[in-house]
Amino acid sequence: MKLGVLFSGGKDSTYAAYLASQNNELVCLITLHSKNLYSYMFHTPSISKTKLQAEVMNLPLIEVNTKGEKEKELDDLKRAIIEAKNKYKIEGIVTGAVESVYQATRIQNICDELDLEVFNPLWQKDQIELLNDLIKHKFEVIIVAVAAEGFDTSWLGRKIDVNMIEELFKLNKKYGINPAFEGGEAESFVLNCPLFKKRLKVVNKRIIDDRIEVELE
Amino acid sequence: MIIVISVCKEKLHELEFVKPIIDIVKSCKVVHYSKLKNKDLFDAEKVIICGTSLKDNEFLKYLDKFSWLKIFDKPVLGICAGMQIIGLVFGGKLKQKKEIGYFKENLNGFFGLNEVEVYHLHGNYVEFTKEFRVYNKGIPQAVSYGNIYGVLFHPEVRQKKLIKRFIYHKYPTALRWGS
Repeated sequence: MKLGVLFSGGKDSTYAAYLASQNNELVCLITLHSKNLYSYMFHTPSISKTKLQAEVMNLPLIEVNTKGEKEKELDDLKRAIIEAKNKYKIEGIVTGAVESVYQATRIQNICDELDLEVFNPLWQKDQIELLNDLIKHKFEVIIVAVAAEGFDTSWLGRKIDVNMIEELFKLNKKYGINPAFEGGEAESFVLNCPLFKKRLKVVNKRIIDDRIEVELE
Repeated sequence: MIIVISVCKEKLHELEFVKPIIDIVKSCKVVHYSKLKNKDLFDAEKVIICGTSLKDNEFLKYLDKFSWLKIFDKPVLGICAGMQIIGLVFGGKLKQKKEIGYFKENLNGFFGLNEVEVYHLHGNYVEFTKEFRVYNKGIPQAVSYGNIYGVLFHPEVRQKKLIKRFIYHKYPTALRWGS
C-alpha cells in the first residue's frame, strides 16, 4: 500500500514510519508548520528540520503552514493530506499517535472523508517498550524541548539511551510523567534511524529557554 | 491458553488492533482467522476476536470461517469487528452507523461497567437476534448470549479492565461484577 506519513521529525512519527515501511511503500512525508507552540495537534520544536530528514530518507515532503488554532488547524491538515493524495496517490496515512484520542479521532475523521486508510502502529503501546524499541532498532534521538517538572535544560541535546530510559522510569514513579512524553513533557528529534541514508550531525546548538535550536548537516 | 484472533486485512493494522490486546492478555496465541485450525479452538480456554480499521470490512466476506462460534462452548469476547462477526454468525443484520472517538455509554453493569466513556471506531453495527441480551439502550454496544460476549467499542482504550475481567476469571459472567 502507498502511504504518506504525518511527520514531525520526532521519535514517534519516525518510528511509526519505520514500522510502516516494513510491509508498505512510503511515498511522502507530510509536515504541518504550526505557529502555535501549544498546538493540540502538531509538534512544533525543530519541525523546520524535517526537510533535512526527508532528504536523507529520499522522500518528498509536503509542508503546510497553519496558525495552529484549535479545530481550524484541521482544515490545514486536510489540505495537506489532499495534496498527498493527489500528488503521490497515497492510499493511507501513518501517524505516530500513541494515546491521544483527540489527535487520532480527528485524523480518522479527515481520512474517512477522503477515503483513506489510517495506520497508528504505536497505538496504546507501552511507553518504556517504545523507548527500548528505539534503541533496539538503532534510532538516534535527542531531546529538543522540555516542559514538565523533573526536567531541566540539562536534558536538552541528550540522546535517548538505556540510562535515560532508567531516569525516565524514575521520573514516572516520582512525578507521574509519561516516559515517552505523550503528554508533551518533552519533545524529541531523530538524527539517525534505519530509514535514513545518512546520519544527521549537530554542528551547532543554542538553548533558548526550555528549547534547543540545532544546526544540522 | 487464550486464543487472540486477528481479523485485520493489513498486517500493519495488527499493531493497532491486536497488539494492545496481547499486551493486556500477556500469555496467548495469536492467529489470523484465515489460518485458524480446529486444534487452536480445542486447545483454547477462551477466545478474543479483535477489531480492525474503519475501512477494513474484508472479514465480512469470510463469515463462514467463524461458523464454529455456533457450537463453541468456551468463553468468547468479540471486540468491534469481532462483535459484528458474532452477531452475523447468529443471524443478526448488519447496519451502518459511523461513530469515532469517546462516547458516554451506560452498560448497566456489563462486566462491572455502568456509566463509562468508551472509544468508538466503527462504521457498522449489528442488530442482534432475540437470544442475545443487549445491555445498553440505543445501538448494541455490549451483548451476551451464554458463553459469548461482544462489545462494539474498543475496551483496549480506557476500559482495559473489561478485558482483564474476561481473561482472569475462570468462568466470566457479564453481570457477576455488580455495579
